[in-house]
Amino acid sequence: METAKKRILTGNKAMAEAIALEMERDSNVFVLGEDVGKYGGIFGSTQGLIDRFGAERVLDTPISETAFIGAAIGAAAEGMRPVAELMFVDFFGVCMDQIYNHMAKIPYMSGGNVKLPMVLMTAVGGGYNDAAQHSQTLYATFAHLPGMKVVAPSTPYDLKGMMISAIRDDNPVVFMFHKSLQGLGWMDQLDASVEHVPEEAYTVPLNKAKVAREGSDVTIVGIQMMMHYAMEAAERLSKEDGIEAEVVDLRSLAPIDRDTIVKSIKKTSRLLVVDEDYLSYGMTAEVAAIAAEHALDELKAPVRRLAIPDVPIPYSDPLENFVIPGPERIYEEVKKMMRS
Amino acid sequence: MTQSNENQSSVSVEKLKWMYEQMVKIRYYEDQMVEVYTEGKKPVFNIGAGTVPGEMHLSTGQEPAAVGIGAHLKKEDTVTSPHRPHHHAIAKGVDLKRMTAEIFGKETGLGKGKGGHMHLFDPEVKFACSGIVAAGIPHAVGAAMAAKMKGKDWVAVAFIGEGAANAGAFHESLNLAALWNLPLIVVVEDNAYGISVPKKSSTSVDSNDKRADAYGIAGAYVKDNDPIAMYLAAEEAVSRARNGQGPTIIEIETYRYLGHFQGDPELYRDKAEVPGLRELDPIVKLKEKLIEKSTDEKELDEMEERAKQEVDEAYQFARDSNFPAPEAALEDVFTS
Ligand SMILES: Cc1ncc(C[n+]2csc(CCOP(=O)(O)OP(=O)(O)O)c2C)c(N)n1
Ligand SMILES: [Mg+2]
Repeated sequence: METAKKRILTGNKAMAEAIALEMERDSNVFVLGEDVGKYGGIFGSTQGLIDRFGAERVLDTPISETAFIGAAIGAAAEGMRPVAELMFVDFFGVCMDQIYNHMAKIPYMSGGNVKLPMVLMTAVGGGYNDAAQHSQTLYATFAHLPGMKVVAPSTPYDLKGMMISAIRDDNPVVFMFHKSLQGLGWMDQLDASVEHVPEEAYTVPLNKAKVAREGSDVTIVGIQMMMHYAMEAAERLSKEDGIEAEVVDLRSLAPIDRDTIVKSIKKTSRLLVVDEDYLSYGMTAEVAAIAAEHALDELKAPVRRLAIPDVPIPYSDPLENFVIPGPERIYEEVKKMMRS
Repeated sequence: MTQSNENQSSVSVEKLKWMYEQMVKIRYYEDQMVEVYTEGKKPVFNIGAGTVPGEMHLSTGQEPAAVGIGAHLKKEDTVTSPHRPHHHAIAKGVDLKRMTAEIFGKETGLGKGKGGHMHLFDPEVKFACSGIVAAGIPHAVGAAMAAKMKGKDWVAVAFIGEGAANAGAFHESLNLAALWNLPLIVVVEDNAYGISVPKKSSTSVDSNDKRADAYGIAGAYVKDNDPIAMYLAAEEAVSRARNGQGPTIIEIETYRYLGHFQGDPELYRDKAEVPGLRELDPIVKLKEKLIEKSTDEKELDEMEERAKQEVDEAYQFARDSNFPAPEAALEDVFTS
């Protein structure tokens, strides 16, 4: 029996550990955002950092997202490596000009002469009745816009490894972490939000999807909560119906790992894409297009998509449950696909 | 600017009673919400569970701001409010039953359960709120514009927290309102924190009424969470606005007795702080004032009873109402 000691960390601790390691390694790394100091980040992403690195390198900001994200850009242009936190991705509206017209475009418009080595980390996701202005993922909104790497890790191990990669990357990286996968004491306690995380620094690439479960009958592509729900559905399909689903954890939205997706479709000949974002013009459409362009002849059934049906996320429980896909819906959808 | 005692005694007993009853109602409403919010969240707190899931920002201790200005408003005046909206809504006369049903996620709610506690809309009394900090200020600017364009003497009031005064929307809106001489009043509730960040760590001036100078408009400061001083400052601001003399910023020093949201561990403030603030309770003080002014204690009891009964009925209505059908989620993206 393997008896090596496991270091079980929650998602938030894995993230904070990654930032701490990079702050130790490189004095140019600093953190700024609302409530990132004493509070440790509303979703725990900066827990303990102020005690170790002080208020000079872990800066609580006023509620001035345009100013502090813009300041991160200015500091990054000077060679600093800021990690700025936008508390909820939903708040992008007040600062998108800095994010998109500047952070994402300055490197390009300068002909590559200006580097912006910064991370914009932000909490995404719903499912806990926080309603239309605090529950979105907006994966595709960001991934649609060229000039930023957009990642959304699904496990504590990847949160740590991808955060380290993001900080070391010379390009702006939008780092989306899912609230439900932070392992916070005051939310649903999910097994998926804790796992063994090595102590040392390690990197996970920002452009590679991962096959989270191997299967031969159908490919389910998802990210963060939808990937975990797909895993749940896959276990049930296997147990109850003898259907073996392969689950692809996309991890990176931009750049998207086409090869892993196509390879899996070639293996299973069926594709279901599941997303906690709006249906139209979203990640599900992108993955379906990749299938159509690169694996159309391999498909035995039409591609299916599950996502939020183009409505804002409602507050009330039955309404929210209706719009956000869950394991049950994924299970049913796969069964339908297998019949066709 | 601080109101003198002499001014204070000029406020009619009728108005003081109105404010008292509203404050009692707000306090009782929030006290009930504290209880209801924990239903289904024990023994382990889970934000997404229970009778009322999701974030919950309560206004306990902050009643004076809402009633001091509410006493001057009519139905046609607009109020915009932030993520902490219950006191403003109650003082504006929002339908309490439908508001509570909304917070319970029921189909009889103001937004049929789609909005929740940070997204309450009652067009009957022109009340709206938003979960995005400072977002309501420009909407109030627009309501003030509309009043002016329609030739009405209506005013618009934007309530915000002191943290919101550092958002771009605050500064852009005030410049615009000043430039166009609009009937806008921005009420800044300084409860000393924006979540965990103390005002002094977020704000370059010690009070936001000073920022009025930057826009060439009037500013007023109300200290000690005093509803009567708030009433007087609001009286001036509202009459200025109704008379076409432009916007005002009023900052009021107020107290947040509870966490930023329910479930906030509040590790960023001293445990002794809140008990100290509760010693200064504005409802207790106003009651003393009313008794001093020889208000019959029996009458005060009746007012308290009436307020509580209205709240109890609202909660009962919310409990008795049905949840919306799941498919209703697909409706209302566009209005007909
Ligand atoms: C644009 C935006 N940024 C950040 C937040 C997160 N947030 C919600 S309330 C809040 C603090 C608000 O402080 P203040 O304005 O003082 O109001 P209070 O909560 O004290 O009533 C913050 C940062 C938000 N909702 N919107
Ligand atoms: Mg505040």
